Amino acid sequence: MLSAIWETEGLQTVGIVMLVFASIKLLHLLGLISFSEDSVEDELELSTVRHRPEGLEQLEAQTRFSRKELQILYRGFKNECPSGVVNEETFKVIYAQFFPQGDASTYAHFLFNAFDTDHNGSVSFEDFVMGLSILLRGSIQEKLNWAFNLYDINKDGYITKEEMLDIMKAIYDMMGKCTYPALREEAPQQHVEVFFQKMDKNKDGVVTIDEFIDCCQNDENIMRSMHLFENVL
Amino acid sequence: MAGGVAAWLPFARAAAIGWMPVANLPMPVAPTEKNKRQDELIILNVSGRRFETWRNTLDRYPDTLLGSSEKEFFYNEETKEYFFDRDPDVFRSVLNFYRTGKLHFPRYECISSYDEELAFFGIISEIIGDCCYEEYKDRKRENAERLMDDQEDNKDAKLPNMTFRETMWRAFENPHTSTMALVFYYVTGFFIAISVITNVVETVPCGSSPNQKEVPCGERYTVAFFCMDTACVMIFTVEYLMRLYAAPNRYRFMRSVMSIIDVVAILPYYIGLVMTDNEDVSGAFVTLRVFRVFRIFKFSRHSQGLRILGYTLKSCASELGFLLFSLTMAIIIFATVMFYAEKGSSSSKFTSIPASFWYTIVTMTTLGYGDMVPKTIAGKIFGSICSLSGVLVIALPVPVIVSNFSRIYHQNQRADKRRAQKVQKARLARIRIAKTGTSNAFLHSKRNGLFNEALEFTSSTEEEQRLKSTSLLESQHHHLLHCLEKTTNHEFVDEQYYQQSYLEAGLQNYSSRSPSLSSQDGVTGTCCTRRSKKHHTPLPNASAPAHLQPLTHTHTHHQGLQELSTIHIHPLSTSRSSLNMRVDGPASLNCQSNQITTAIISIPTPPVTTPDGDLSHQNVVKVSAL
Repeated sequence: MLSAIWETEGLQTVGIVMLVFASIKLLHLLGLISFSEDSVEDELELSTVRHRPEGLEQLEAQTRFSRKELQILYRGFKNECPSGVVNEETFKVIYAQFFPQGDASTYAHFLFNAFDTDHNGSVSFEDFVMGLSILLRGSIQEKLNWAFNLYDINKDGYITKEEMLDIMKAIYDMMGKCTYPALREEAPQQHVEVFFQKMDKNKDGVVTIDEFIDCCQNDENIMRSMHLFENVL
Repeated sequence: MAGGVAAWLPFARAAAIGWMPVANLPMPVAPTEKNKRQDELIILNVSGRRFETWRNTLDRYPDTLLGSSEKEFFYNEETKEYFFDRDPDVFRSVLNFYRTGKLHFPRYECISSYDEELAFFGIISEIIGDCCYEEYKDRKRENAERLMDDQEDNKDAKLPNMTFRETMWRAFENPHTSTMALVFYYVTGFFIAISVITNVVETVPCGSSPNQKEVPCGERYTVAFFCMDTACVMIFTVEYLMRLYAAPNRYRFMRSVMSIIDVVAILPYYIGLVMTDNEDVSGAFVTLRVFRVFRIFKFSRHSQGLRILGYTLKSCASELGFLLFSLTMAIIIFATVMFYAEKGSSSSKFTSIPASFWYTIVTMTTLGYGDMVPKTIAGKIFGSICSLSGVLVIALPVPVIVSNFSRIYHQNQRADKRRAQKVQKARLARIRIAKTGTSNAFLHSKRNGLFNEALEFTSSTEEEQRLKSTSLLESQHHHLLHCLEKTTNHEFVDEQYYQQSYLEAGLQNYSSRSPSLSSQDGVTGTCCTRRSKKHHTPLPNASAPAHLQPLTHTHTHHQGLQELSTIHIHPLSTSRSSLNMRVDGPASLNCQSNQITTAIISIPTPPVTTPDGDLSHQNVVKVSAL
């Protein structure tokens, strides 16, 4: 008799287990629970973003490059970024190739923000060419404007000491470790002090665009160096 | 610098305008393109197939055949194209390397022909992209092993002048080298077999005396078996001692698997000799006899197949481990289930969960002895599920083990895990060297370029032209790095120089003994005030020997006439000479190989060979340019 009770109990156990499994399967079928992790295929679709630049004539009108120069620029650009846009990672990788001894990623980040004028996280060929047009063919005023924009990290129209310190550290990072004389911790800070002493005329702790342009125009070294890269293309 | 980003160099240089307002020093002059060519198409005719590309594309890698002036040797004047009598299919990969910066290895290509083409075009194989690198390395290794196998057959030629010990070792390792070795080989094999058979027969019940029960032969003919055992152990001991004597590295031999098997095989006998007739330990002694069966493993020296099997099992350890683990899990689960299912039935054999383990194992491996069977319906259901899952779980890792075995069997022995580690390290080291090569190239050309400027004043045109061997791209890149130096007011130096100058920041005095030209004394306060050196007048002419004195390092200090930027020049002399002055330590730089230094050697400096000429020491020559 004991065995009969146990037999039925055993069968009941089997029944309960099967019921539980069936309900789980039903929920899975209904899509309420999922067993597998998110598939990787979703990510792949996002990466194939294509971008085609505006026509050659339009770019010629908007920038100060000749047709041939635009052709050369685009060929190089497209070779490195076949999808037509550069995102920040690629930008950093490209820029780092030119400075093998140091770490160029912070400066590349600031540079990326300076080029990405519409702040959409990617630099298209138009952004690229516009930036280059200012840097290579622009007037002194425009170039200084661009430099100010680069230093002004939060784009509020003032360069504070902290922003300048960030930029300076990024530049010094590019030098790397093996320098002569050896790089000291205070070097960027000192450089920032020198800069502010020169630029900040009214000693209010920030540099505005007018102070900046004024001061640069009075400095012969800076003026001369602005013309340095004009024959780059 | 990777060729692909050469197109971005104009951008990087333009972006350098961002440093200008920050810099305190004047910037260096930009390199001008003296003969600026329009970008032109070059036609490369490879065995009739024409490839066309821009000249700039090929110029990206100046240290390869197509990127350097070496391709001029292949220029065909009549057809105005470069003709190469090589395989056009492989050339596709080579040309794609220039275009994209990545070298790919096509799978259908033969590894040795690909290597030949790479060698011809001057491309090192380490830069094959990660997508194709594994395949390339595997094929290369297979090829190397195939060649090695062919060579091994010719390896048995006896080397002259081998000591007795070496001969003996060779005889042990390769039995077919001499007749003595062969005899020894067969004798040991015979005795191993005898020993194993003896152990087996020892336990067979022999014919019995009528009044006694059956006794095993071992107890009936004790003396005979003892003599047999002794003889075998003698032979094994002698063999082991001889191997130990002949081994080139005794410590390593003693740790090897085969020697451990040898020791384990003969040890029970000696322990038995020592501990006879001691009642307390006789039980343990009996157990020790089990280890005599390890003598059968000595056969693995005689059989290649056995060794391969052992190696397979070792290399499939992870799969076997997985099999064991999953079986254990399943056993525990099913044993528990069966126990609880069978709990109620009378006279159930499933008395506890560990007792159910036995049933589960027997069922999962489909043995099915039948000594334990479930009686309840639930038990039978779970029992059938158990046996079905057992089949599946065991079947899964088996194909992996089988394929492993066949792979190893076909390739004989491989110590490839160890070799793969070394190869990976070597590859990474080479890529790192290539990377430091770019920074070193800048450092070298910086000195070359400045030396060049110094020479310009002396208007010696032949040296000028010889020094202008850097491409325009490189000179622009170096100008960019130079601007960065000026912005931050620090200079790039290489690792060794940095280490040394770092160390010497603590030292106070320097003395430089050197033949002086016309030196003036002068101490200038500089940012590195701890060094005090002497000034030097400007370099009079290029033919002056390079025995120049070290100069003080002046930055932007106004010192009247001396206020010119002093420049460091490190002439790299690859000849075995260290000029007399061993200038204070930081003069040791690495003689890195580069393609620019050929110009420097042509400077007419008489190399002074000193008796203690040191290759690694070089000179810091500081010149001031007026």
